[in-house]
Amino acid sequence: MQRLTPYFFILPAVVMMAAGLVFPVFQALYLSFYDWKIGTAFSDAPFVGLAHFLRMLGDENVWASLAVTFRFGFWTISIEMFLGVALALLLEKPIRGASVFRTLFILPLMISPVVVGLIWRYLFDARIGWINYYLLQFGFEPQVWLGEADLAFFAIVLTDIWQWTPFIFIIVIAGLQALPSEVLEASRIDGANWWQQILFVKLPMIRTLLLIALLMRLIDIFRALEVMYILTGGGPGRATELLSLHIYNRAFETQQLGYASAISVLLILVVFVLSLGILLMGNPIQEEAKN
Amino acid sequence: MHTRKTGRFFQGFGATCAHYVALVLLGLMTLAPIWVMVVTGFKDDVLVQQKDPVWFFFVPTLDNYQEIMTRGRFDRYLWNSIVVGLWATFLTLLFGGLCAYALARTRFRGRALVANSTLLVRMVPPAVLAVPAFAMVIHLNIRTDLAVLIFFYTALNLPFAIWLLFGFYKQIPVELEEAAIVDGATPLQVFFRILLPLMGPGYAVAGIFTFRIAWNEFILALLLTGRTSRTLPVGAAGFITDTGVEWGRIMAMGTLIVIPPLLFTFFAARQIIAGMTAGAVKG
Repeated sequence: MQRLTPYFFILPAVVMMAAGLVFPVFQALYLSFYDWKIGTAFSDAPFVGLAHFLRMLGDENVWASLAVTFRFGFWTISIEMFLGVALALLLEKPIRGASVFRTLFILPLMISPVVVGLIWRYLFDARIGWINYYLLQFGFEPQVWLGEADLAFFAIVLTDIWQWTPFIFIIVIAGLQALPSEVLEASRIDGANWWQQILFVKLPMIRTLLLIALLMRLIDIFRALEVMYILTGGGPGRATELLSLHIYNRAFETQQLGYASAISVLLILVVFVLSLGILLMGNPIQEEAKN
Repeated sequence: MHTRKTGRFFQGFGATCAHYVALVLLGLMTLAPIWVMVVTGFKDDVLVQQKDPVWFFFVPTLDNYQEIMTRGRFDRYLWNSIVVGLWATFLTLLFGGLCAYALARTRFRGRALVANSTLLVRMVPPAVLAVPAFAMVIHLNIRTDLAVLIFFYTALNLPFAIWLLFGFYKQIPVELEEAAIVDGATPLQVFFRILLPLMGPGYAVAGIFTFRIAWNEFILALLLTGRTSRTLPVGAAGFITDTGVEWGRIMAMGTLIVIPPLLFTFFAARQIIAGMTAGAVKG
């Protein structure tokens, strides 16, 4: 009886996660073998085998959307990492009132992605948007931000940077302040200047942290769709249609549930590989188990 | 901290000033878009459609708020969001807490498997859940949409909650429980009488994160809810119509949606940051 107790404790959580997360993943795989359309009974859906996967291999839209996702990830993450790390290095010294500012900085992370999308859609609006107004004031041409491929892509990147740079900033500053002061002191005594200390001591010491932050952001990029759904809907054309949004649009706009499921399988594979990366970086629960 | 040499006083003072200036600028950049939303919610349609932005001084109106209460059924959506948020939070904390406790305190066969798969399923993208969730609702002919949302939000939040609570349980000395067991307490009694009171802060952080995700989630809510079971984010997006975007109403609704997360942030910023960094910073 004693030996079974832990299983009673984990049972509810494990059942919920199995039913709500693991089962749907396998169901997506199962559905991808059927050509099921919205509004028809699933029992009428013909079995198509691997046809969806074969179609996916040659589907420009899927690969274009994957490319957009990586391009989006590249720009947002590199700018966010650069800005976040730079700001954290500049502002790491504890000063009075720092916590007030840190409270301000996490606000964008706390508010609903839908609301973030709505705010920026208003700011980027071609006719009444505030961004165009100030562009005009400073002598630049107003733009149709959300109606042109490159501009719309820029808009979603800027929105993401506004929302997520604080995340990098906050975890890097926490990592920097946790560094042992003896090491920093020692490097200073050895004659390292400010730059050398950053390049050869601080950054190498938080490299695991940076890598984890990078992977977490990368996985987020593959989960994100709400801001783009509101801001551009994936358009114009497919210029801002990240893979997640592509799946959603396939399933519920063009109503191909089976084919959308096949693309979800691709998405899961990508996220799975990235997650394994994080897991290899260290899982605290697992480390405990080894001891 | 080493004492500062007097000769370097002004250098240090200048650096501190620059530090504050930088922080204030960053703070303004963070706040400006949120401020735009709040003021726009109080503007009448003429002012909203006007091209030059008004940041501060205008005659505020509550028309938008009145309109979302009556035409937008804000009260209904608010109720739905609260019900879904509170239930999902309660279930996540209950199940997650039990599971984290077992992982932190006992050795059992399959422990490593549970620990690792918990971390893996945390990454499942909501977009992947969309089609299967939709299929499930159709297949099982479920009509109680809110229950379905509560179910998925609980599942989505459990991995992170378990992981966070595990860390908090590890910090509680095991001797407390051993003493209780010696006194003849059952495992459930130990859990509810000894640990739960000490775990207050941990549950608060996990609760805030869970509630926030349930409160903010959009895609599943959009798919799985009908006219009367919409949650707030779905209701807000509903003001984007074919005939145009009703910015005043949308911003008023956005402002109200943002209030609970804003309150959490102001009252528990330190704990929230601890939760965020727990994902990356060890210790």
